Amino acid sequence: MSIETTEPLSKQKKIREPFLSAKNRKLVKDPLNDNNPITVQVLGICSALAVTVKVKPSLVMALAVIVVCAFSNLVVSLIRNAIPSRIRIIVQLTIVATLVILVDQVLKAYVYDVSKQLSVFVGLIITNCIIMGRLEAFAMGNKPWPAFLDGVGNGLGYGVILILVSAVRELFGNGTLMGYQVVPDAMYKAGYFNNGLAILPPMALIVVGILIWIQRSRNRKLIESD
Amino acid sequence: MNKNNNKYIFIFSSIMVIIVAVLLSLAAIGLGPLQNKNIRIEKMQNILGSVGVESSATDAEKLFDEYIPTQVVLNVKGESVKGEVAAFDIDLKKELDKVRTGNADKQLFPLFVCDKENKKFYIIPVRGKGLWGPIWGYISLEEDMNTIYGVSFGHKGETPGLGAEIETEKFRQEFVGKKILDENGKFVSVKVIKGKVDPDNPHGVDAISGATVTSTGVSEMIERTLKNYIPYFESAMKERKVAME
Repeated sequence: MSIETTEPLSKQKKIREPFLSAKNRKLVKDPLNDNNPITVQVLGICSALAVTVKVKPSLVMALAVIVVCAFSNLVVSLIRNAIPSRIRIIVQLTIVATLVILVDQVLKAYVYDVSKQLSVFVGLIITNCIIMGRLEAFAMGNKPWPAFLDGVGNGLGYGVILILVSAVRELFGNGTLMGYQVVPDAMYKAGYFNNGLAILPPMALIVVGILIWIQRSRNRKLIESD
Repeated sequence: MNKNNNKYIFIFSSIMVIIVAVLLSLAAIGLGPLQNKNIRIEKMQNILGSVGVESSATDAEKLFDEYIPTQVVLNVKGESVKGEVAAFDIDLKKELDKVRTGNADKQLFPLFVCDKENKKFYIIPVRGKGLWGPIWGYISLEEDMNTIYGVSFGHKGETPGLGAEIETEKFRQEFVGKKILDENGKFVSVKVIKGKVDPDNPHGVDAISGATVTSTGVSEMIERTLKNYIPYFESAMKERKVAME
């Protein structure tokens, strides 16, 4: 599993790049497919199991992770030259924890019902290995703007998988999507049952496994050459 | 400058901690009033929900004043206490905790009396333990102080799709029409039962599959809290009989 995929951008110091140059766009696009944090790097699996029973909490969770990942990358990158390397993990953790608490407080104040749905999971963003992984691998060695984009990209890559998994689980487990009934009543009358396994944690692993299978069979870059 | 000597590390971490602390305290102070307002409104919505009044965050306060004109505070003997605190501001958690700290006789219980379509409904707050944290709810009884008219439940952190299902309309509907007293007027409460429940059973409700702990928690919470109100209901029913004669 390669975490350090992007070379340090120190060479760019002299020429000012446009804000969305090809290289910067790659930072956002890469984690969506070729270097997806969940299906390729296999990071952040734990929260992918926990919040994906329904689509709506997954959606808000994805947004929260994008915000935390992007801004913690930005902050760490801004002060990267001042952080003493001996305590850098603690410093990163403090920054992530601060951002997560801020996100939680804002959710509680402005979108109370959503924050209630997510309950403990927002706090658990602190332990999401994707965020710490990006801080260590990217933000510590790159300038703020690319670091910010890298955070957005990885948050998005995480969110896409979260929403795919939760859609499958909610559809088969509850017959609904976003809380609206999708499976018609006629099917229940004809003897269809919601799959109880879909709402239990093992199903999340199975769905992630199937997603990895589909992605690897379609994406040539991920096929290992023997 | 050597960034790895102890002095630099101490200074760096001290400054960082101070900045973080200031930021978080500012956020907590600044957003606190908004959060408390949300909590109050949610409580009103839950109380209204138990008598089937749907409210949004904007009209909850208005509807609450309209439908719930009377709030009563009861002591352990079931007598109404006046003046000390408003029923709405009573923290049920603290009151229930008094049993553990040996102040059981000082417990106070809030009761909300709802006036809807010229009928009276009695709304009782309940509180207990789920799988991951506290669960709570409101149970409204019809005028006979026995038949359940409606319920609403809330929870701190039950699993979405499993324990969190206690909030759904489907689970709440199961309680409607159930009775908390048996034929002889003795308190038996309403239980959440695993497996298929006979729909004619007046004291049983179908549990949520996969959420055994939360379901048992609901049973326990209803029984434990509701029994405190029985003395009040008994004396109120007696008074009503006397008045009828």
